[in-house]
Amino acid sequence: MTRLAINRLKERRPDAASIDRFLARHEVPIVEGDRCTFLWRGEADEVFLVQRIVGLPERLPLRRLWGTDLWYLVLELPAGSRINYQVEVRRGEHTERGNDPLNPKLSYSPVGTSSVCFAHGYVTPDWTEPDPDARSGELTELVLQSRALRRDCRVTLYLPARFRHTASYPLLVVHDGGDFLQYAAAKTVLDNLIHRLDVAETVVAFVHPQDRLAEYSNSAAHARFLTRELVPRLEAELPLVGQRSGRCLLGSSFGAVASLATAYRAADVYGSLVLMSGSFVFTDIGAVDHGGGPVFDPVVRFVNRYRDRPRRVADRLFVSCGVYEPLIMPNRSIVHTFESTGMTVRFVETRDGHDWENWRDTLRDALSWVYPGPQKLVYE
Amino acid sequence: MRVIVLGPQRRPTLDAVVRSLELSGPIATVTAGWQEREPDDAEFDALVGGRSANLRLHARWQDVLTRDPEYAAAELEHRAALRELQELHLVQLDGALRGLREVARYGGSRPPIRDAACADAEAVVRLVDERHLARVREAREAFEARWRPGERLAAAGHRTEVRHVLDAAAGLVVAGGHVGVLLHVLRLFAVGAAPVVIAWSAGAMALTERVLLFHDKAPHGPAHAEFLDAGLGWIPGCVLLPHARRRLRTDDTARMAELVGRAAPARCVVLDDGVRLDLGERGALPPGARTIGPDGRIGDLA
Repeated sequence: MTRLAINRLKERRPDAASIDRFLARHEVPIVEGDRCTFLWRGEADEVFLVQRIVGLPERLPLRRLWGTDLWYLVLELPAGSRINYQVEVRRGEHTERGNDPLNPKLSYSPVGTSSVCFAHGYVTPDWTEPDPDARSGELTELVLQSRALRRDCRVTLYLPARFRHTASYPLLVVHDGGDFLQYAAAKTVLDNLIHRLDVAETVVAFVHPQDRLAEYSNSAAHARFLTRELVPRLEAELPLVGQRSGRCLLGSSFGAVASLATAYRAADVYGSLVLMSGSFVFTDIGAVDHGGGPVFDPVVRFVNRYRDRPRRVADRLFVSCGVYEPLIMPNRSIVHTFESTGMTVRFVETRDGHDWENWRDTLRDALSWVYPGPQKLVYE
Repeated sequence: MRVIVLGPQRRPTLDAVVRSLELSGPIATVTAGWQEREPDDAEFDALVGGRSANLRLHARWQDVLTRDPEYAAAELEHRAALRELQELHLVQLDGALRGLREVARYGGSRPPIRDAACADAEAVVRLVDERHLARVREAREAFEARWRPGERLAAAGHRTEVRHVLDAAAGLVVAGGHVGVLLHVLRLFAVGAAPVVIAWSAGAMALTERVLLFHDKAPHGPAHAEFLDAGLGWIPGCVLLPHARRRLRTDDTARMAELVGRAAPARCVVLDDGVRLDLGERGALPPGARTIGPDGRIGDLA
């Protein structure tokens, strides 16, 4: 096996100039097979890689390359992984945490940005990039006066290319719509997957929350808004299938809780749910600290209740979670609860974290399963 | 009627075939399977020597839907019902095929007992297929009896125009694309046979007795092959498999044998690039046609 770049550098007993050249030559982290070398440069007492991979300590110390101001850590990462991390630096009493200054790649999540490392074998799917051959769907803005939420609700509507009033389309409602459009390239992904016949031509309603932690944590008002206001209005105004099989709710993180909680309150309305990295935190013994803080209290109450008395809330559930997320255990656990109700469940684990790129990369699997495209019907 | 079935036309062979037939007169063409791209047929027209008369079935269909909203609403509902039938068929089929595969995998020490159970499980799968096709036919016939699309003003006019074009044509060429759309518009406008019919991919599938959908290379891996509907029946005794090597796991002989069992008594005919099959009486296949045998292997017809 070829020696790692950091080991070759070490043997040369580098000076500042050779470290400059080394950093200029390599992308950081340096990916060599299944080994990823993380680097930080500067004066400090301690430097840590901070990440949330289940099974690893949250803070992993970097070692100083003797006689230099270069710090390094070699981590073995399975092929195809994508991990999010930050760097923590301690100087005396002062500790500072932030994104990796040597790595320009950022990952976006509901709680902000972090640096991202693409391990060997991870490739950004080509269907997430704009394809000039794919016809573009149309985005339009809609504002609904919601009695349930007591506010004007903005919805961005996606109509597929070649939209016709003489056809009928399934409906997909996406929580955190703005973020899915901005960080998960949802429009590009839809255009491409529909163009490739992987996904059926679908009308998509991207809903924008106002206070997502309140509205998405098992809120009856949010459920009423979707089921009694948004969906009926869209079905009245657009040529939609208008039946359970043609209605799907999608959400990630708290959005997945909102999807499940909405379908729970209207078990006959939605045929499918896509639940990505759901914040399905629960406790096996009632009032113990669940570790999620007060915003999770209503979620934990809801999930505990659901686990006690599970019921069928849709026909088909697509459930996904990154194996590096702290939420992987609750998600693995709740899959069996879902299956026990007779719902058809497809569970996908990704080598990824709790972020928009993970959810973007999962969209093809999710949407092509929920609303399969006409591939089977087309023989050119 | 003389029927010639071709392999997919990514590398066109249509021009050579048309030249070999020495047809005189215009050639009616169907590109409705391309849906909105139906008019993009300049290359196609060149391949038939600039003599094409595109029947424009997709455009006519859209025109009918626009001019006859009452029929359009009924047809929308009809198509939704057919879609639901298809979904339910897949649910039933999934159970029946799981049963068949489990029985086939079952060990045991008495092969005759297992073989008998296998035969029963195969019969269940065939029954599910047959009942589905019967339900689809019933739904279609009920819709046509109720709405009589051929007698409605908008569709009737188009039918007449299509018939005139066909009457003057030396041949009919049906391209591939969306087989469901093709079947629907061929029926809606009562497209009749011509002295010579050339078809490929979905165009050829639509002319068979039963249309089998298949795709093992979908994002989620192999899906169950499923019967969609009866075709026009101009090619009897065959279930056509265009792009077979691209779309099927042809190396999985157990899976291929299962397909053959479901298609029986029709033969599963492989239509890969470059294939030309000049069919004989009642769809008789010429020697050398590639078919899938009962053992699931692809071979030449003697």
